[in-house]
Amino acid sequence: MTWVNDHWGDIFTLARSHVWLAGLPLVLGLLIALPLGWLARRWSRLYPVLISASGLLYTIPSLAMFVLMPLVLGTKVLSPWNVVVAMTIYTIALLVRTVADGLGSVPEATLQAARAMGYKGFRRFFGVELPLAVPVIAAGLRVAAVSNVSIVSVASLIGVAQLGNLLTDGYDRYIPEEIVAGIIACVVLALVFDGIILGVQRLLTPWVRAQGARS
Amino acid sequence: MIASIIDWLTSSATWSGEGGLGARIVEHLWYSVLAVAVAAMIAVPLGLWVGHTGRAKWLVSVANSLRAVPTLGLLFAVALWLGPKIQGDLAFLIPSIVVLVILVIPPILSGVYAGVEAVDPAARDAARGMGMTGGEVVRQVEIPNALPLMLSGLRSAFLQVIATATVAAYVGLGGLGRYLIDGIKTGDYVSTAGGAIVVSVLALVVDGVLALVQRAVVSPGLTGRATRRRRAEGDRAVDGPGTNSRNPDARSVATGMSAPADEVAPSADQTRSSTSTRQ
Repeated sequence: MTWVNDHWGDIFTLARSHVWLAGLPLVLGLLIALPLGWLARRWSRLYPVLISASGLLYTIPSLAMFVLMPLVLGTKVLSPWNVVVAMTIYTIALLVRTVADGLGSVPEATLQAARAMGYKGFRRFFGVELPLAVPVIAAGLRVAAVSNVSIVSVASLIGVAQLGNLLTDGYDRYIPEEIVAGIIACVVLALVFDGIILGVQRLLTPWVRAQGARS
Repeated sequence: MIASIIDWLTSSATWSGEGGLGARIVEHLWYSVLAVAVAAMIAVPLGLWVGHTGRAKWLVSVANSLRAVPTLGLLFAVALWLGPKIQGDLAFLIPSIVVLVILVIPPILSGVYAGVEAVDPAARDAARGMGMTGGEVVRQVEIPNALPLMLSGLRSAFLQVIATATVAAYVGLGGLGRYLIDGIKTGDYVSTAGGAIVVSVLALVVDGVLALVQRAVVSPGLTGRATRRRRAEGDRAVDGPGTNSRNPDARSVATGMSAPADEVAPSADQTRSSTSTRQ
């Protein structure tokens, strides 16, 4: 524990940037995946196109994606934006399908009832379809959160600082304790993200619990 | 910049020799196949057993929660712990392969398990009723039915291995990761980006080939291709053309991502095809 006790400050600084590098793409990715998923739902021809495109993007190995970002974006090699954009791409790739399937899981009868009550267009989407799709979307978001936290640590190989630095530094200088600390910190962070998404999901879907209590 | 990367990628000096691109690609593929093969030898029987008996389902949850562990951490920890215990060149190879195998067990295991779990209980009962033994049920009913999800698991396993083998160059593994890691260390962006492009293409090609294998191996009764054709003919006979029901077939556009829950075969299709083959 001595190494950890001496380095709490470093761990917190690194954890803070890890939260940014993994969390911001999660939010951005969701914001972009929502309209894309809606489009895939709306025009069924677009569904296979969007799904295979996101599948292809997801196929690209993380280190390669990070390294190629400066070429695509024109950023500096050491810029943290390379990581943010790469992670956003991965998040979108995971979420487009989830959002489309989530919106597809809303029962047709509910949609017709909503229409009969006068819900149209945007109001129907935000008032009825999206809230009912929340459980499916949240499940996808949790998968994305856990994988983001893990993938971001690879960014220490391209010189962008976050908790992965504990891993590379521990390996380079032969400090096993530092590696273990890095692994635990990453897992804890993944659990925190998971917990937050789960909490927000509960808040947004109060009817799920009400149903559970009744039956 | 892009021009010099293209130059690098097309020059024969890059491709030839022991540390050339050609040799590195072969190396990379060899590590990937080795790791997936070893992992499959462990995960496939285990997944079949858990799915068939319904026992020890916690194994699947444990394997899935392992995904939260950062790959890089696992890699460094095992390399640091195992590396000094092994002599010679294998000191670099074995720790990396061990980590790749560990990493790749969860996707294969959950794919196999989800596949067997999703088999229509009626099909299983029918097989039992026809007098099949437990082993025959596994071999002739559960495996063919579970094949789409098993292969999806295998595909995402390959993607993970290719990605992680790249990173493992940091602990001394060969393969295409060498260009990325060495290029970053020496500040040679051209070969770094070139290597990154080659790895990405390799991943895309491997995934594409596996998608084709998946298409070829999976019984047409399961993919909906045969049913759709037969149903279309049937519809035409009964009430003329144009009533061909739409069948959004999620699996024909399988993405290789691990999303087992939503790729479950529509059971109505399944039963229909199994009854119609017997007509």
